[in-house]
Amino acid sequence: MFELIFFSLLNGIVTGLLLFMLASGLTLIFSMMGVLNFAHASFYMLGAYVAYTISLYLGFWVGLIVAPLVVGVLGAVVERYGLRHVHRWGHVAELIFTFGLAFLIEEIVQFIWGKDTKAYHEPEILQFPLFTFFGQNFPAYKAFMLLISIGIFIALLLVLTRSRIGLIIQAAITRPNMTAMLGHNVPLVFMGVFGMGCALAGLAGVIAGPALGTFPGMAVVLGSIVFVIVVVGGLGSLGGAFIASLLIGLLQTFAIALDYSVSDILVAFNITTDAESAFRDLWTLSLPQIAPILPYLLLVLILIFRPTGLFGKRES
Amino acid sequence: MLKVKDLNAYYGKSHILQGVNFNVNEGEIVSLLGRNGVGRSTTIKTIMGEVPPHGSIEFRGEEIAGMKEHEIANRGLGYVPENRDVFAGLTVRQNLILGIKDMKKEGRWKMEDMFDMFPNLKQRADVDAGVLSGGEQQMLTMCRTLMGDPDLVMIDEPTEGLAPKIVTQVAELLSEIARRGVSILLVEQKLAIALKISHRLYVMGHGHMVYEGTPDELKENEQVRKEWLEV
Repeated sequence: MFELIFFSLLNGIVTGLLLFMLASGLTLIFSMMGVLNFAHASFYMLGAYVAYTISLYLGFWVGLIVAPLVVGVLGAVVERYGLRHVHRWGHVAELIFTFGLAFLIEEIVQFIWGKDTKAYHEPEILQFPLFTFFGQNFPAYKAFMLLISIGIFIALLLVLTRSRIGLIIQAAITRPNMTAMLGHNVPLVFMGVFGMGCALAGLAGVIAGPALGTFPGMAVVLGSIVFVIVVVGGLGSLGGAFIASLLIGLLQTFAIALDYSVSDILVAFNITTDAESAFRDLWTLSLPQIAPILPYLLLVLILIFRPTGLFGKRES
Repeated sequence: MLKVKDLNAYYGKSHILQGVNFNVNEGEIVSLLGRNGVGRSTTIKTIMGEVPPHGSIEFRGEEIAGMKEHEIANRGLGYVPENRDVFAGLTVRQNLILGIKDMKKEGRWKMEDMFDMFPNLKQRADVDAGVLSGGEQQMLTMCRTLMGDPDLVMIDEPTEGLAPKIVTQVAELLSEIARRGVSILLVEQKLAIALKISHRLYVMGHGHMVYEGTPDELKENEQVRKEWLEV
């Protein structure tokens, strides 16, 4: 049991921090522009595919550096020449724009790379178990993912709270007009944040591709979860996104690891269930079976009991 | 220094500024007077690019009408809004740092100058600006704009809703700004302060200038005061 908790905890943190890399960009973009970028996870997918292609010619490590930069520049171009023009027509137009962009990117990815899963693997240098605990291996690549995610989290925190550009970003999020009238180029800041958010999503794709698979549906798989995180954490709250990412990462990994059914839980309370009853399918449902819907269940509960999310603020 | 010619501005279909003409010279303190709703604040907001301008706004010989807010600010125009627009979640010190446009350039004002003038701000330097009193927020907003080293600062109703003691401090700061060679365009409700510190005054009515003169001339012109200023 202890090793199960230990490994679930580690895997949950790895997944949670990976999700945070995606959610942080999404929530920052929402804070600044007031628009949920439906195409955000598509940039995550692009990161994986671009890194895969680079890795074929120049190796994994070059892809790790170059792919996020390429995706970041693409994101900045989308903001500058797409979203900024759509902005004048309001948030609905922006939502439709990002929704359409997500489809467009998916089609382009399938057009260029095909529909099959790509053989994008972790580098050989990281293909070994970092340690063995109760006979179970913990892959070095997962530790690498953990390190990159923690590094990005610390860097993001330092940039936002300790640097002048971080101050300008915080100011532009709350009062863009006043920030501009102090001489700061707010549209450039917006473009930079959008690009940085996309680059972070791209980096998440680069490191998640070898572990979770590089296929055209990878944006859909993670995209909806990232939206759950942003809503659960509180729209626009970076701290909320961090806590919600870890929460959902842990929730998913523990749900998969703990093989309990509803009847097992009821037995613990001395309630026996009838194997022949009409509800027998419900009693035999196991936690791993319902693991994929748990984040959405959490989303529904949050929306009912705390609509602003864990750390969100109600708009006045 | 600042020349405004035939300036018009609209909020939706409402024609707020209807051909505003005035100018501010180097080192001058000029006040815009008038009753509420005549377009004094809109004049400043239009010069800063917050409201789309129709007409000509020249600053140091360059046409700035139609430029973006940050481009206007970077040409040396500073703006202190009426609503004490502090960044509530940032500290006093961080608010002041945000006012600096170029960290490498040494301007007329340093953070120590601000703290010397307003010891309250020094004491609360690392406190969130959102918890400051109204007077302290007003001081912070003015100091933040000055940190950007503007050549002309436009200040909207700086004494509105402040205690008499703070009003005196604001008046002293305005005089200090002028002493350091910065021009001031002041929108002020309190006639006494405007008469005391201004070199010239304009009175606005119905979206355009209806009077221009010196403080002494306005003091003697009872008709203008009664028709356009007194309630």
